[in-house]
Amino acid sequence: MSPIESHERTTTPNDLRQSARSAPIPSGTRGTGDPTFLLEARHLTKRYGPVIANRDVSFAVRPGEIVALLGENGAGKSTLMNVLYGMTVPDAGELAIDGKVVRLRSPRDALARGIGMVHQHFMLVPPFTVAENVALGNEPSRRGAIDIATVEARVASLASRFGIDVDPRAIVRDLSVGQQQRVEIVKALDRGARVLILDEPTAVLTPQEAEGLFRVLRGLAADGTAIVFISHKLGEVLSLAHRIVVMRRGAVVGEVLPEDATAESLAAMMVGREVMLRVDKSPSTPTEDRIVVRDLRVAGDHGGVAVDGVSFAVRAGEIVGIAGVQGNGQTELVEAISGLRPTAGGTLSLVGVEAHGLDVRARSMAGLAHVPEDRQRHGLVLPFSVADNLVLNRYHLPPLAQRGVRQARAIVAVARDLVARFDIRTPSPEVPVQALSGGNKQKVIIARELSHGLRALVAAQPTRGVDVGSIEFIHRSLVDARDAGAAVLVVSAELDELLSIADRILVMYRGRIVGEVPGSEATREGIGLFMAGGGGATQGSPPAGFAREDDVHYVN
Amino acid sequence: MPPERPGAVVRLDAVLVPVLAIATALALGGVILWAAGPRFEGSYLGIGFVAEAYLSLLEGAFGSRAAIVDTTLRTVPYVFSGLAVMLAFRGGLFNIGAEGQLTVGALAAAWAGFSLDLPAIIHLPVVLAAGCLAGAVWGGVAGLLKARTGAHEVITTIMLNYIGGQLASYLLNGPLRDRSPLNVIAQTPKIAEGARLPDLLPGLHAGVLLAGIVAMVTWFIVWKTTTGFELRMVGANADAAAYAGVNVVRRMTWALGVSGLLAGLAGAVQVAGVNYRSTLGFNIGYGFDSIAIALLGRNTVSGVVLSSVLFAALRTGATKLQFRTQVSADIISVIQALVLLLVAAEQIVRWLYRLRAADAVTQAPEDGATAAIPPSPAGGEG
Repeated sequence: MSPIESHERTTTPNDLRQSARSAPIPSGTRGTGDPTFLLEARHLTKRYGPVIANRDVSFAVRPGEIVALLGENGAGKSTLMNVLYGMTVPDAGELAIDGKVVRLRSPRDALARGIGMVHQHFMLVPPFTVAENVALGNEPSRRGAIDIATVEARVASLASRFGIDVDPRAIVRDLSVGQQQRVEIVKALDRGARVLILDEPTAVLTPQEAEGLFRVLRGLAADGTAIVFISHKLGEVLSLAHRIVVMRRGAVVGEVLPEDATAESLAAMMVGREVMLRVDKSPSTPTEDRIVVRDLRVAGDHGGVAVDGVSFAVRAGEIVGIAGVQGNGQTELVEAISGLRPTAGGTLSLVGVEAHGLDVRARSMAGLAHVPEDRQRHGLVLPFSVADNLVLNRYHLPPLAQRGVRQARAIVAVARDLVARFDIRTPSPEVPVQALSGGNKQKVIIARELSHGLRALVAAQPTRGVDVGSIEFIHRSLVDARDAGAAVLVVSAELDELLSIADRILVMYRGRIVGEVPGSEATREGIGLFMAGGGGATQGSPPAGFAREDDVHYVN
Repeated sequence: MPPERPGAVVRLDAVLVPVLAIATALALGGVILWAAGPRFEGSYLGIGFVAEAYLSLLEGAFGSRAAIVDTTLRTVPYVFSGLAVMLAFRGGLFNIGAEGQLTVGALAAAWAGFSLDLPAIIHLPVVLAAGCLAGAVWGGVAGLLKARTGAHEVITTIMLNYIGGQLASYLLNGPLRDRSPLNVIAQTPKIAEGARLPDLLPGLHAGVLLAGIVAMVTWFIVWKTTTGFELRMVGANADAAAYAGVNVVRRMTWALGVSGLLAGLAGAVQVAGVNYRSTLGFNIGYGFDSIAIALLGRNTVSGVVLSSVLFAALRTGATKLQFRTQVSADIISVIQALVLLLVAAEQIVRWLYRLRAADAVTQAPEDGATAAIPPSPAGGEG
């Protein structure tokens, strides 16, 4: 069906919204097709070996409705989404579109039937223009040549119709992350999507950008597009969705209307028990400087300056948070502190020692722990056992090794102790760490980093992609590390995380610290302004000699 | 990426795929044998012909004492060079250079064997050490180039193969050539009696014993030492290794050096145990076959040893097969190529025999990264 047809609907979104309110869909039982549903999944089951990723899941969305799919990592959201988008074939159950049963064998099938998806990691070709990206895979041609003008016209018309601010001729690489996301949305709409599935769409956005996205989504819904919004952020789900479907352990455990729910009640549904959303902590009592950064400059991957003269200090006994949209130099800053990336200028001292010339291992031995941003890439060796991963940076020390020979018994003993102390859910320390859930993988890293001689800790995105239960545990561990006298630096794109655990919050924008707020006085709005480069006296026009826009920094 | 610990969870799968690949390759090879075989009054011979061909292959490889000794002798260099390629693979490095490393190892061993005048008790170790050293240098150069300039080891080791081949041609025709009036080909003089590997059994030199010891030592280093742990860490995830404080560049250089050492030892053992000299054009192909052996053996020590026996048996039995059936012994190369193809393109075997994907069982489905294509266990960083 073409997008034109799909939007010619007589029912108004408000009617639909009313009907959604009055009749939440009972999960589980549903017989014959209900034509009021645009897309419906019935009794889906999908297994991966012994793991049941989806257990008898039923889920439906009406035209013009925004349904939030809420759940922890491992709850089965991604599997359901993959089934809806034709990437995974379920073992049992069926899909219906407009009440008719369909079989989706590939994303191409799904697209052809009006199901579009916006992935968390954009599927765009950076050097191409917006229109070229939209056309990709579906290029109109005239005598063998791509007819890009037609696409540009289509993009412009879609954009103006839905109030999406995007220039068809702009190069994707030059766009902000928020704008790139709009391109993904336009791409889906251009293929005739009547159902739009968005996977954690706000993970990469500032609070303000997220609001902009919500405006677009509300507009699309008002026009009759069905929206499936996958998230684990309670606040945005409450503010955006017409209906909230909660999943836990592969099954749908409940369905609520936002006006009947609170963040606490949703968290409890997701986790299956009461959850502390705010961390209980006493005021900090900082002592001596442990991480001191003076005028630090660090090069980015593509030759630009990623960290541009940053100065700050983290003292023992305090948690300092660094807020900022991803890609503003935080990654490079953390890598420079841990010794993975050379510095281009300035000084760095760790635990009272000038760190220049110390390699990763020397810094680690001096008491610097590092929870890396990308746990799959840096934090873990996925095919190795849980035990090997728990000793990944201490394997060479006695009693884990004697004269260069690894001591299996000692390694397993250490691993068993850490598995118990950090409540790592694993069948045994011998299983490959890749078999664990995201939260448990992160606990493996936390356990390894926090369990020995800790004097300073740098944690980057410590709870990204981690379930609510594990988040609680990880936050507790960070505060405990602080209270035990460690200096803790937390870099996070999740403002709520910093607001709940940090004693001071620094905001990073385009490689610089543009603001500092005491944790007790920080607000989302205030920090959000700094994150977008606005507000605050320290901010102005971008610093001279700054990196090319297109390499690391996306925010306008 | 499949889990890699052999001790922890031995999965039937790990053995099943290579075995099925071999069986399939033999079946397909049978079709080719049949098609290439002699005609009787214009019509093809029956299936019995293929059976007879394979029986003669088996007989040629294991049918007599001499055949078994011959197969064992061929197994020895395969084990050394297969271990060489395997060790590099474990470090995420694709050493295509075993051929060149073996060549320079043989040259150095032969030179040490004929030019030095040493007591027997130290002459043999010196000969073997010379081969190891030359191989290690040849592999180490690729390692240093990678460490210093980032030059990819696949390219550099291939280039070093050419250089090794040309060096052999020059030395064997020039400075190292046997100048005795009876010699008409490009080869060194014979090495001293004391530099030769003694026979364990008539015709079977002690290199067999050495291969077994080296296999065990390699296993111990790779799986039991901190050095091996670092090697495997670098191979499985170089970023995580760097994060954990491993000097990745140094470990890669080491891996290519040690890989070259093992390949060089293969050359030295051929000189000290079989040829007693280095001859231009001898021992060709062992280095390249060893890549197939490491792959077929799934980069495990036991797998390498078993694959070495298989390849040696195929090569040894080929003569009898050709004699009996009049089909060219090159059919063995076809079968080896089919085995390799099927092992490398594992999905073909899985599809043929309806095996489930290797990762489905252990992989938690929800983590973002599982959607991405996992790096291949062998070439990940390579």
